[in-house]
Order: sequence, then C-alpha cells, then structure tokens
Amino acid sequence: MDFTYDDEQDALRDAVRGLLGKAYSDFEQRRQTCKADPGFSEQVWSQMAEMGLLGLPFSEEDGGVGAGPVEIAIVCQEIGRVIAPEPYLHAVVLAGGLVQACGTPEQRQDVLGALASGERLLAFAHDEPGSRWAPTASGVTAAQDGADPDGGGWTLTGTKEPVVQGARADQLVVSAALPDGGTGLFLVDAEATERTGYPTYDGGRAAQVTFDGTAATPLGEPGRDLAGSIATVQDIARIMAANTAVGAMETALRTTCGYLTSRKQFGVTLNTFQALTFRAADMYVSLELATSVVSWATMVLQTGDPARVRDAAARAGLQASRAGRHVGQEAIQLHGGIGMTAEYSVGSYTAVLTALDHLLGDGDHHLADLAATVGGHGAIDPLAVG
Amino acid sequence: MQLALSPEDQAFREEMRTFFTTVVPEEIRTKVLEGHELSKEEIAGSMKLLDDHDLAVPHWPEEWGGRGWNDLQRHLYLEEMQAAGCPVPLAFNASMIGPVLAQFASQEMKERFLPKTKSCEIWWSQGFSEPDAGSDLASLRTSAVRDGDDWVVNGQKTWTTLGQYGDWIFTLVRTDPEVKKQAGISMLLIDMTSPGLTVRPIELIDGGHEVNEVWFEDVRVPGENLVGEPGQGWTMAKFLLGNERVGVAPVGATKHALARAKQLVGDRLREPLLAARVAELENELLALELTALRVVAHSADGEPHPASSVLKLKGTELQQAVTELLVDLAGPAGLASGTAEGALPDWVHRTVPTYLNYRKASIYGGSNEVQRQIIARTILGL
Repeated sequence: MDFTYDDEQDALRDAVRGLLGKAYSDFEQRRQTCKADPGFSEQVWSQMAEMGLLGLPFSEEDGGVGAGPVEIAIVCQEIGRVIAPEPYLHAVVLAGGLVQACGTPEQRQDVLGALASGERLLAFAHDEPGSRWAPTASGVTAAQDGADPDGGGWTLTGTKEPVVQGARADQLVVSAALPDGGTGLFLVDAEATERTGYPTYDGGRAAQVTFDGTAATPLGEPGRDLAGSIATVQDIARIMAANTAVGAMETALRTTCGYLTSRKQFGVTLNTFQALTFRAADMYVSLELATSVVSWATMVLQTGDPARVRDAAARAGLQASRAGRHVGQEAIQLHGGIGMTAEYSVGSYTAVLTALDHLLGDGDHHLADLAATVGGHGAIDPLAVG
Repeated sequence: MQLALSPEDQAFREEMRTFFTTVVPEEIRTKVLEGHELSKEEIAGSMKLLDDHDLAVPHWPEEWGGRGWNDLQRHLYLEEMQAAGCPVPLAFNASMIGPVLAQFASQEMKERFLPKTKSCEIWWSQGFSEPDAGSDLASLRTSAVRDGDDWVVNGQKTWTTLGQYGDWIFTLVRTDPEVKKQAGISMLLIDMTSPGLTVRPIELIDGGHEVNEVWFEDVRVPGENLVGEPGQGWTMAKFLLGNERVGVAPVGATKHALARAKQLVGDRLREPLLAARVAELENELLALELTALRVVAHSADGEPHPASSVLKLKGTELQQAVTELLVDLAGPAGLASGTAEGALPDWVHRTVPTYLNYRKASIYGGSNEVQRQIIARTILGL
C-alpha cells in the first residue's frame, strides 16, 4: 500500500505541469484558445506528442511508450489543473484505447503510431441521439457486401452525436450495430463522412457525424461483438476522467481560497466570515475523499482485472461526480458575481467538471450499478487483492 | 503507487486477524458486534487480555510496553480488532493519559502509573470539560491552590464518560489565575476516592448513564500528583487531543455496522431507494478508509497529518448516518426501546437509543465545527 509517486512519475508530473502550465496557467490564454477552432492548441498537442504523452498507454511496438495507468492518471490530473482543452481523454484514452484493445497488430501499429506522433487525430464516434452511456450501438448500423471474399466491403449508415472533436478528427473509431447482432467497431476516414461541428459548453468542440453507406474497416476480427471491450475501455476512461476532475477541483478550491483571502467587503477580507470558510472546508473534505477513491481506482487499474476495474470505475465515478458538483457549485457561489463571468476561471472549471461528470455516466448512473450488487458482499475491503 | 500490502504487512494483518478472532472470547465479540453494552468487567478484562499479549498499547514508547509499529501497522491492528468485535482498549488509559505520562511525567510517576494504566488495573476518567468550558477549554475554572505540599482542588468537571467506573481522574486545573489563561493550567491526577470528590450521573437522551458531573470540594491532592511542571497542562492537553493520526475515524466499526445492517434487512435490500442509500454509504466509507490509509501511510515525521480533521469530521458523520439507517430499517418497531424481550427481532430495540446516543460523535473530541475551523485555518490558510 503506497499512495506516492516514484521519482520518474514525479519527473513526468513536473514535465507535464511545465508544458501545460506554460500554455494555460494564464486563464486568458485558455479562453482565447477555446474561442478559435478547433478549440484546442495544435501546437500544445504537438508538444504533447513530442513529450510522448499521446503514446503513453500504448506498447512500444505500436509506437507508444508502454506506461501504466498511474502515468496516464498524472497527465489527466495535470490537464484538469489548468483545464487544458486538448482532447486527451477522447483521442488517446478512449479512441486510442479501443484500437489498442481491439485492433489487429497492423491496425495498432498504423493508427496508434500516427496518433502518438500527433500526425493523426482520432475521435470516438459512439454517442447517439437517445443513447446514454451504454457500451452498445443501435443508431449506426454496419452492413457487409457479401460478395467480398476478403472480409472487406463493410459500410456504415446512421448518425452519431455528439462526437467530441468529430469535425477536426482525421480518423474515427465508430461503434455500430452488427448485422448478426452485437456491436462492432470500425475505422472510418473522417473525410468520408458528413460532419457538422459546433462549440460545447466546456470550451471544446463536438460534431454531428452522419454515415450514409460510408466505407469502413472493421477494427480487429470482422463481425465480432466488441461491446465487452468498449465497456472495459469506458471503465478505464471513467477512472481517467475522475483523475482529470481531481486536478480541476484542486485548482477550483485553491482559486476560491485565494479569492476569499484577497477580496474585501465591509472593509475586511472575505475569510473573516465563518459562513464562507466553513463551506470552503467542506469543499476540501469532498476533494480529499474523492482523491482517495480515484487514486485507489487508478491502482486497481494496474491489476488489469476487468471485473475489479468495473467496480472501481463506478466507485471513483460516483465519488468524483458528487465532489465535482459540490466543489464546482461552491466555487462559483463563494466568489459571488465574478464567478459567473466567462473572463474569470472558476465558472469554466465548473463547466469542465460538468462535462467530465456526464462523459461516461454521472453519479446516479454509477450508484444504480453499485446498488444492484450491494447485497452480494459484506463489508468492502479496499486492500483485498486478487 | 501500489495497491497491495507488502508481504510483511499482509502477514502482520493475518496475525492480528488470527489473534482477535481466536484469543478474544467469542461471547464478548458477539456482544460488541451486535451492539450490546459491555460491563466494566468486560471492558477492563478485555484490555487485560490484550495486555497479557502485549497488544493493549502498541503505540506507547517501547520502554513502557509499546511495540514500535509504524502507523500502517497500528491502523491494521485497529481495523482487525474492530472487524472481529474485540473491545478497543479503554481510550482514557491507552490513548489519553498513558501517552501524556510517557511523554511528560517524572520517572517515579511513570513507574507508579503506566503499568497499571496499560493493564487497566487503574480505570482512568477524564476531567477536562466544565459547564462553561466546552470547545473553549482554556477558559476552565476548576482551581488548584497550594497548601503545604498538597494542592486543594475546587470546582466542577462535566461530561466525564464512564466516571462511575473511574479509579483515578486526570484533570486540567487552574493553578495560576494571574497569567494568560492557557499558561495557568496544570494537569493533576486525582484519586477518585478522595474526600470531597463526588460523581453525579447525567441522564442522556437515550435514557442511559454514560456521562457524569464530577464535583471537587476542598479535595486535597498530594503535590507529587502534578504531572510535569505547573503551567504545562495546556501543552499536555494539546498533545493528548492532537497527536493522533491513527484511529481518528471509526472506520472498522462503522463498516461492520453497515454490513450488519445489510444482513438484518435481508430481501428488502432489493428496494431501489434503500439499495442506493446503502451503496452510497458504502462508497463514502470506502473513501474514508482510503483517506485514513493515505494518512497513516505517509506521516513519518510525527506531526499530525492535516487530513486528520477530515477523518474526524467525515468519520463521525458516517457513523451517525449508519445509526440513522438502522432506525429507518426498524421503522415503527424501533419504538419498543424499553424492552429486550417480545416478538420483535432483537436488534430493533436498541436502534433509536443508539441513534440518539451517537449524536455525541460530532460533538466530542473537538466538535465538527472545530474541525472545519482547523481545516479552514491550518490547511486552507483562511
């Protein structure tokens, strides 16, 4: 049982903090970056590629670095600290994670190598109108021209929305209902689809992506149901989203405390008022508790057992959801009017926390999962391994 | 970062589990696990049994019976103890006066008191709070005045838990009314059979007799019973209240209470709202336990970890939330608090008295508002 980073992990954190801090610790820079398409900095994305961050989770033979969950979590926390708008979760953890989990060796080398070098941006086209957080697809269907003896000839038809960075992406990883049942994954050239992009409330971009008999390459073995793999990668992304939220909450709390000690009303600084400082103390409690569960879930991820990861992802997701709402809402309230403005940072932190909360299941969604199995165990032992 | 315990810590945990589940009598453990009150003899006897195996005061200096364990080992020891239902060593002895004497007392005083404190041959009571000195403890007024070699004590202490069983009481008394209020306080050990000392019960909202008032009318105390030097009392009180990182949050006991609630409720756990409430509590308890582990795993320098206040605050809230859950599970049957007999299941009788009793948890040991103050000031710099 050890909650600390080793020297290399400390060095990684410092390097990422240096890179992203330089880009975004001045909140105005983040704001300006989000205003212009594609809603993130191509330059920062290239720098992240140079630092090896975009290939962090992938094996060296696939063009990656072969790092573990703790390293990816470190990157996500640092992204959260400055709410960097680069689509790390979506492109690397989700889309890249699916290619890693399901792709053939050739696909992995081609796609992940290009992703890691920053040459190709991936997006995961999964959400559909009416769908929530299921690992399955129904609004986009896959069909195969039976005449193709090589297993090719696949096409997709239907609509995905919202697809984060769908308009900017070079290549899409698309989930689709298979002709014989189940959900498959396909690689699609983004140019071959019809895309309508728009800004999202967290400063990012999303798109409606329409497929109309669009040519697609099955990811991995054609026709295989990959819903289980999608669910597992979603669980990994849940834990990484929670790490991102922890970073964002830390900054939201620190910013709030800074404001309470500097803003004067009635001739005194706001921290004179216990009604405010007690609420800040409660924010700290929420943050500490969430940090503990998220760190634990990251360590559970190291074990690689999908069933345990599923449970840990739900637990981290629930705790981060509750804490993110609490900290985000109070950060604005304790600031007062200034917290409502786009020019000041805390409101954007609350917006990002909201997006992270709903990315892959909110607190109630996770709670429903946990409640369904609550009778199946006695007391929880977080130290139980294997 | 590493989830698993080291092989050594895992073996330590197994050793503790085996001891608590095989050496401590099952009859007592069942009583604890089912939430029954223990007698004085049962509490003292359990501590004696632990002491016979050198397990009553592992956190004390090794010279006085401590084991030289690290914080993680102490955490595991306490968790396994609570999970097994072994009564925890009497806090007044093991966690309060013992460490204070080991740190501040003269060699003679240590030799006189520490062995019997460790084995619970002396049952200690705590004489800190007064009617006008609660959270503002330093404003206490009970006075001790020099008369020859003795101190003559007058005043009133209150909220003295289990004072009806006490052999000795460690008190904070004002020995110098002229100096700054903190500087005039000393710690005095008083034999509770002394003439002029009276213990009066306070009946609480649960109908029980757990706490007392202790009155001092010209109680003569030998000068040798003053701990350390006059005026050091406040330092000792802060040491006593603030030096704890392990066992701040009652994680093991609360976890067990929640697991037991699930057993008691049986099929009703299929009700979605109830299942969600239990699952959310479980998750919060997990967060609390992991925070406790973070604190114990990384507090090598002897300073209290700032997150200790989080543990007290959230730990007592969750402890209370579980007692509240049991009240709701009992429903109308909970009204039958005045009997242990009859047609109702055994556990329902104690649910509401326990719920009412545990409202104390967010008040004692530095109320949760005091904890928020500590977090705001010392952690957040507000």
